[in-house]
Amino acid sequence: MRHHLILRVVTKLLAGTIVLFALYVQFHGDYSPGGGFQAGVIMAVAFILYGIVFGLPKVQQVLPPWFVHKMVALGVLIYAGTGIVSLLLGYAYLDYGAFSPHHPSHGQHWGILAVELGVGITVTGVMVTIYYAFAARPARLSDEEW
Amino acid sequence: MLVVTALAIVRLRNLFAVTMLAGVFSLLSALLFVVLDAVDVAFTEAAVGAGISTVLVLGTLALTSRVEKPSSHTPVLPLFVVTVTGAALLYGTLDMPSFGDANAPAMTHVAPDYLKRSPEEIGVPNVVTAILASYRGYDTLGETAVVFTAGIGVLLLISGLRRRREDEDEETEDGKNDEGGVY
Repeated sequence: MRHHLILRVVTKLLAGTIVLFALYVQFHGDYSPGGGFQAGVIMAVAFILYGIVFGLPKVQQVLPPWFVHKMVALGVLIYAGTGIVSLLLGYAYLDYGAFSPHHPSHGQHWGILAVELGVGITVTGVMVTIYYAFAARPARLSDEEW
Repeated sequence: MLVVTALAIVRLRNLFAVTMLAGVFSLLSALLFVVLDAVDVAFTEAAVGAGISTVLVLGTLALTSRVEKPSSHTPVLPLFVVTVTGAALLYGTLDMPSFGDANAPAMTHVAPDYLKRSPEEIGVPNVVTAILASYRGYDTLGETAVVFTAGIGVLLLISGLRRRREDEDEETEDGKNDEGGVY
């Protein structure tokens, strides 16, 4: 992709915006369409786009594979951990009322935020992992054959 | 438009074009979801179906070949099965409630209950999020676990273990070893 100047410039402009949009979808999911799954995918798209245009080594400098693998597990841990915390506070598993006993709907807010964050992290991690796994193998098709 | 795209996907032999048309198909179904007022689903469909899967299929294409092989068997039996199934499905749609029907089963079962309860109990304006993360928290935990498992599966299949085995029988498998893994 070294010769596609326009693609490279536009990608640099877009990558940050996509990440910002992903964060918006993630944390505004309570109020507007979206949530962890969508935000995770959009976040992953930013890195995948960067990887496609600038090459795998460049994107792996930003987001090293070991970190992505940790993200995959961390998201599930956050989700399940939210449930454990509510258990320890004396409520049912994943009963978010536990986080704010006097104001249950506040607790729900916190719980949903935490859980969606977990979903988002896992989905980002998995998508980027799959992309890395595919892209790391040498392609049989050269650039011109497309 | 969905049907035209699907037919084009079936007819074409060039897999690159098929991939692009599959993306178009996803985007069209996302539009369909928007028409049905299921914005969250449309969002997911557009991001996952049209975005990520297209990229992943392209990545797969780069590893395999670009043109589909002509099939070696006659298409009579598959065509028969598909026709019968399609006819059954079409017959099934005759019983479906009309578009936007307020008395449709989906509108009368648990949906009104959730719509009534979630503003007081959850206080989150987006009811879909409230249902997904709170009322159906276990389901979503399961879904996350499924995504997690998928990621682990891909890691095990394509990058990690394969590389270790390659190191072992590098001498026997000459010329075919892949350079550069994830690790």
